[in-house]
Amino acid sequence: MTAYLSIRNLTVTLTGGTPILRNVSLDVVAGQVHGLVGESGAGKSMIGKAVLGTLPRALTISTGEIWLDGVNILTLKPSQRRQRIGAIAALIPQDPLTALNPSKRIGPQITRRLVDILGWSKQVATARALELLAEVQIPDPVRVMRTYPHELSGGMRQRILIASAFAAEPKLIIADEPTTALDVTVQKQILRLISDMQTRHSTALLFVTHDLGVVSKVCDTLSVLYAGKVVEDARMHRFFMRPIHPYSAALLAATPTYTDPTGSLTPVSPKVIKAVEQEIQEHDMRARQ
Amino acid sequence: MALLRTFLLRLVTTIITLFGVAVIVFVVIRVVPGNPIAMMLPPGATEDDIAQLQALYGFDKSILEQFIIWLSGVVQGDFGTSISTRQPVAGLVLNRLPATLELSIISLIFAVLMGGTMALLGTRYRDGKAEGVIDVIAGMALSIPDFLWGLILILLFGVLWPVFHISGRISPALNIDFSTQFYLFEAILRLRFDVIYDLIGHMLMPALALAIPLAAIIAQLLKQSLKETMHLDYVTLARTKGYSEGKVITREALPNAVLPTLTLVGVQFTFLIGGTVIIERLFSYEGLGNMAIDAVINRDLPLIQGIVILFALLFTLVNLTVDILYVVLNPRLRNAR
Repeated sequence: MTAYLSIRNLTVTLTGGTPILRNVSLDVVAGQVHGLVGESGAGKSMIGKAVLGTLPRALTISTGEIWLDGVNILTLKPSQRRQRIGAIAALIPQDPLTALNPSKRIGPQITRRLVDILGWSKQVATARALELLAEVQIPDPVRVMRTYPHELSGGMRQRILIASAFAAEPKLIIADEPTTALDVTVQKQILRLISDMQTRHSTALLFVTHDLGVVSKVCDTLSVLYAGKVVEDARMHRFFMRPIHPYSAALLAATPTYTDPTGSLTPVSPKVIKAVEQEIQEHDMRARQ
Repeated sequence: MALLRTFLLRLVTTIITLFGVAVIVFVVIRVVPGNPIAMMLPPGATEDDIAQLQALYGFDKSILEQFIIWLSGVVQGDFGTSISTRQPVAGLVLNRLPATLELSIISLIFAVLMGGTMALLGTRYRDGKAEGVIDVIAGMALSIPDFLWGLILILLFGVLWPVFHISGRISPALNIDFSTQFYLFEAILRLRFDVIYDLIGHMLMPALALAIPLAAIIAQLLKQSLKETMHLDYVTLARTKGYSEGKVITREALPNAVLPTLTLVGVQFTFLIGGTVIIERLFSYEGLGNMAIDAVINRDLPLIQGIVILFALLFTLVNLTVDILYVVLNPRLRNAR
């Protein structure tokens, strides 16, 4: 199995040296979904941003390798890197309400990059966009291509963004909490849609989320992140059967169960937090040597 | 339907505005000291002569009566007769309008080009030295008023290194018959490059003097909103698609960031037109502003009224244009009611 994305020992630091990602390594394999879970602030999204080259300016990649379809993109010149990312990877963003340009029609927002970056003809790009809009179950794609984002609902917009992400048949898609901003009823549909599309196009998908319930539905493998460090890497079934790392176990135990209406929420115990913080400190000590 | 209603509403407010301007100007110039008739007559004129001439121009009647007479003329397109030149005001003013319009529009184009370039460069190289340099330039450009820029430019390019004409609108030696007063636009249409060159040589410095402060405002505001837009999700998404930073700025961020700047440019453009009064005087540019100063000096009441009304009309037209452009550029307003 080919890994379309391999991250090796990636360390990202804030200017001043505070580490945001600590020695992260992970693989996303063709046709599979890799989940990236952790609390807010754990650095889940930063991994996706590092791969796509959209890290905030205050952050720098200090060490590590990011292999995108066999090429370590960190060794490329910026313009080459940008083009390679654009051709091979795509992003499904978190908030569909802000991820479409409000002053442009839907059609060009899907087709422009196919023409500009990948050199497709306009007709082919338009045909492709229509085909994909139909695939993500958008009624009347021809009309929708002519609308502006503000005329469409959040669910519709997320469908369009999914269609746009798949449009160029990317090898890797990074979904950054793609259902968090949506209505609960729409979340399920969008989740299934992403999963179906991924299977049909056998794309490698990196799925960033804080929701273990979502992970259990769509992922094949996962990494648990705490303070920018991967504390556990596991296959899906094994993870839910018996998580190895105490933090993973605590995180799993903290997932609310809807079958027990009287059940109270279980927080991650301070003991576990202390242990994992200790581990991270030890890691930083070793890194400094 | 909604558009028609908006338009009619604007028409009504425009008329009310112009009426208000007319009342204020009419009263103010009659209250301030200085008798236009006394100035027309030679020093030895008797009280009787003055009274006779005043009756001829209708200045013996009450302000209200004068206003009604004037207004009934205006409604029929008659703005009265200039006291100093004894020609119809409407003809005089309309003859000078094109010169001022050309100057203002060229200034606006300069301002948008200079300010826009600075804003785009500042955004492209943001948080670096280049942005700091641009901020300093913009700050300097803004802190010096247009008439002072005029003097600085005259010193630099008229005296120290005399490359541009420092006065007038066109070289008298240039013998050309214009069929309109829009010299520059006509020369461009007729492809008379020698004439274009001469006209630009005259217009460049006054236009720059007017444009520099506005360019600084555009640079600062547009850069600010561009930088805010650069953090938005759709801009980030465009980056992941493989577009260069420059393309991301001009294509994704600019169309949205330009909206707040547009509103401000509209307001500032009316100030720029106001600025032509002094700048035209400074460069002896034969436009409306220059004529306005002469009219005030001569206490040419009908002419002052005509010029002020025309300026007021220009301002309301500029505001209307901005409103229309805003709707055109912002799809969210297009089918809103």
